[in-house]
Amino acid sequence: MSLELFVFYVLAGVAVGAAAMVISSRNPVHSVLFLILTFFNAAGLFVLIGAEFLGMVLVVVYVGAVAVLFMFVVMMLDINFVRMREGMLQYLPVGALVGLILLVELGLVFGTWALVEDVTPAFPAPAPDQVPNTRALGQLLYTDYIYLFQAAGVILLVAIIGAITLTLRERKGVLRQDIGRQVARDRAATVELRKVKVGSGIQ
Amino acid sequence: MQAYLAEYLPILIFLAIAVGLAVVIVAASLLVARQRPDTEKLSAYECGFEPFDDTRGRFDVRFYLVAILFIIFDLEVAFLFPWAVALGDIGLLGFWSMMLFLGVLTVGFVYEWKKGALEWE
Repeated sequence: MSLELFVFYVLAGVAVGAAAMVISSRNPVHSVLFLILTFFNAAGLFVLIGAEFLGMVLVVVYVGAVAVLFMFVVMMLDINFVRMREGMLQYLPVGALVGLILLVELGLVFGTWALVEDVTPAFPAPAPDQVPNTRALGQLLYTDYIYLFQAAGVILLVAIIGAITLTLRERKGVLRQDIGRQVARDRAATVELRKVKVGSGIQ
Repeated sequence: MQAYLAEYLPILIFLAIAVGLAVVIVAASLLVARQRPDTEKLSAYECGFEPFDDTRGRFDVRFYLVAILFIIFDLEVAFLFPWAVALGDIGLLGFWSMMLFLGVLTVGFVYEWKKGALEWE
């Protein structure tokens, strides 16, 4: 068994095992940590088949950002974990059914999908042994696939606006610093002199 | 393909040593040291008094907003890497396509700045 094959089996095995732990571990924080382990192994698999850039981006984006987001969600939701697991057996058949349907669909796609003989792709990718991975991606993405690239930009813009619209709200009774208003205040608007009679107080 | 993977061999060796060392440390402390657990030893330790309450309090939703905005700009930067590497090959069209992409995201950035999503009162 060559080293490459051995590394593949180790990475794939740990990935599958960690993915199983994600859905079966009792503590959601442990689930997220196992998810991070799965991401790392998937990145290793990407590197193994020669997709260096995808592997590194998987680590940067998924491990660095998405896992942190999941951690926030897990900590924010304040779930009663014992009560949440009570319905597990009840929902298991439904979940298994959905998973089975997905599996059958994947099988249909890959079982019946066949390329036409000697088809030429519209934008031929450079051969991986001549051009480094990241460079080959850059040569195609920004010119040949320019519309998809710009669509990605617009989707990110929509994500920004959606996140802000959904979560940002004005809060009452919170003091916020507004430098323009601070500087514009003058004495007449803030200080008032009054004559007070002895013993009567002030309203 | 083999030559390309050989460049990753040091990382593989490093990972193997790291995993091996972690396993050795935990296993050695399990095997060599005397194990005599009781409930007091196994319970969570918080400066000598009882833990006040559960760790999982509610977070403000604004942490989540900051995390989402971070992911979006993280993705934007991820798009910059292949562009920078291949800039010599893709010409003016590639350059201006990235400028348009950055412009669209700058619109989003200005929006979130003006909306006050970055402010923390």
